[in-house]
Amino acid sequence: MYGALWRVLPGPAWLRVVLLLVLAAAVVLACFEWLFPVVAEYMPFNDPNVQTGADGALPAALAAAPGRLA
Amino acid sequence: MTAGTAAPVRHRSGRSGRRGGPVSAVVGVLGELLITVGVLLGLYVVWQLWWTDVQADREQTQILAELDAPTPDPADVAVQVRRDEPPVMEPPAFGEVFGTLHVPRWDDAVMPIAEGTDKRQILDKAMAGHYPETVMPGDVGNFALAGHRMTYGAIFHRAEELEIGDPIVVEAGDVWYVYRVDHMQAVKPDQVEAVAPVPWEPGVEPTERYLTLTTCHPIGLNSLQARFIVNAKLDYWLPVEDGTPPDLVGQTAPTDDGSA
Repeated sequence: MYGALWRVLPGPAWLRVVLLLVLAAAVVLACFEWLFPVVAEYMPFNDPNVQTGADGALPAALAAAPGRLA
Repeated sequence: MTAGTAAPVRHRSGRSGRRGGPVSAVVGVLGELLITVGVLLGLYVVWQLWWTDVQADREQTQILAELDAPTPDPADVAVQVRRDEPPVMEPPAFGEVFGTLHVPRWDDAVMPIAEGTDKRQILDKAMAGHYPETVMPGDVGNFALAGHRMTYGAIFHRAEELEIGDPIVVEAGDVWYVYRVDHMQAVKPDQVEAVAPVPWEPGVEPTERYLTLTTCHPIGLNSLQARFIVNAKLDYWLPVEDGTPPDLVGQTAPTDDGSA
């Protein structure tokens, strides 16, 4: 896979190394800016809310549920 | 790749062991894919644990600069505080930044408060998110806020360091509201009675003015285990134009109404 990538890239070895570094930087940028924030939505990390529903909203009848979880 | 060369010569059989054969090519690509996945997972950890903090702190700094909220001034401490009925602002639109949260115990941390508890739009920008189902600051009932314990600025990271009696100060609608911590507890993530109008007593009609902070618990990347809850009660309030609340500059507020 990476061998094929190396063969496809044009120019001398130093240019290919530069191109690979640029490609790697682009991949990291795409991950940080776009992929990871989207993935994080589905991770069970970092949710500081108290809630019951999947939509993140508190139950509408919060006041009408005395002792529900007492 | 090494898959072809590492195998001892006498074990080679047929085409599969030959360097460049179809099986070794498949194994080689598979190995490279696995390495790629491993690198991506490592990158995700770096992003989650480090970059989200960098990004959120940057956004929070910008939001605070744009907000231009009143700042504590030790040279302008209020000589009078009020314990009568405070003014209460109208609920803002979703996403609107409407005030700031000051916690002296956390090295005088200042955090913007926005309407709503959406992760991407509010909490991930190192802001405290107001549960829209709860009342506005100063009102009878429970003014409840959510914030990250870890990553994305981790504004409530030091929640457990708070002590009973510590001031938590909210500035909103040109009023300082000074609450005092009176209860802390870890609960299950679905125990919404923490943000009930009277905390822990859902269904009871409130007569007092509460503030509640909710955040992750324990510290770590988990949303499934628990939440840490800090409950506070309104002690006093004062208009921003009257000066800085004594508690924000390490002074004690006068105990009786107006008798400074």
